[in-house]
Amino acid sequence: MSEVVAPEKEAAVKVAVMNQLPGQEPRAESPLHHADLETVAKKGPKQGGVYLQELKLLGHLVLRGSVDNAEFMSGAEKVLGVALPSALQSAEAGDLSVRWISPDEWLVIVPGAKAFKLERELRDAMGGHFAIVNVSGGQTVLTLSGPNAEEVLKKTTPYDVHPSNFPVGKVITSTFSKTQAVIRRTGDESFELVIRRSFADYAWLWLQDACAEYGLVVRG
Amino acid sequence: MHYIYCPHCEEYREEEEFHAAGEAHIARPLDPEACTDAEWADFLYFRTNSRGLHHELWVHATGCRKFFNMTRDTVTYEIKEVYKVGEQPQVTADQ
Ligand SMILES: [Zn+2]
Repeated sequence: MSEVVAPEKEAAVKVAVMNQLPGQEPRAESPLHHADLETVAKKGPKQGGVYLQELKLLGHLVLRGSVDNAEFMSGAEKVLGVALPSALQSAEAGDLSVRWISPDEWLVIVPGAKAFKLERELRDAMGGHFAIVNVSGGQTVLTLSGPNAEEVLKKTTPYDVHPSNFPVGKVITSTFSKTQAVIRRTGDESFELVIRRSFADYAWLWLQDACAEYGLVVRG
Repeated sequence: MHYIYCPHCEEYREEEEFHAAGEAHIARPLDPEACTDAEWADFLYFRTNSRGLHHELWVHATGCRKFFNMTRDTVTYEIKEVYKVGEQPQVTADQ
């Protein structure tokens, strides 16, 4: 069963927090588990205009607090190793990345096994009025790359994804076909999408259709 | 294409990302128990139906999900200004 740390067990923890990673049972399944992308990758083409990969079962933490709360801002910087980025910016430190979502909200993504420890360290380092929510099970990360990745996004979102408006490191939340996604440019030809679990299948179906004309290569 | 400036994202975004959320500056009565039925009904149901300048509440629904205010001309759809909740409009009908 998942590990629960109650305030009475650990002095530094002010609220009960739970490790959402299951032990042996039940088995964790990513939002695109049913699509079996491993098999799709093995059987599908190896060359094409767009490459798609799910970065599954990562640890997703939503941080909320005011930029005027010094204990929140400095605590986050101390633990994350980077300052919470300003509007529409993202930051990275090793295998950790943090995205601005709204004026009082950031999304931190780390390897799945590190999320619980990170949450406790953040709670320990922060003060004042703030919130940390582990939303790992509620969303997943897709990477979209290749020479035609930008073309696919142009069909998918009304946001201007031209590099002059959407440079590397910029992150936006926008309409993604008929759903919504957090979209970040990670390179000249590479993007990261954070999509909701309940819309993951829709996004997968949409991307297969939208990428078809360029040749879609799924990576396992 | 119709762009709206989000004061929280600090850039213009496509209208598709936004939702209108009714008239702005509707203050909830501080002591609802002390309201007459007419006062309460006025707060709940009655809105101005301006022809011309109108102050509205909007939400950046698929973006930052924050609410903000907008002064808009209901005849031309021209957006005169956007401003954050808690701030007062600069463009008003009596100017
Ligand atoms: Zn916004």
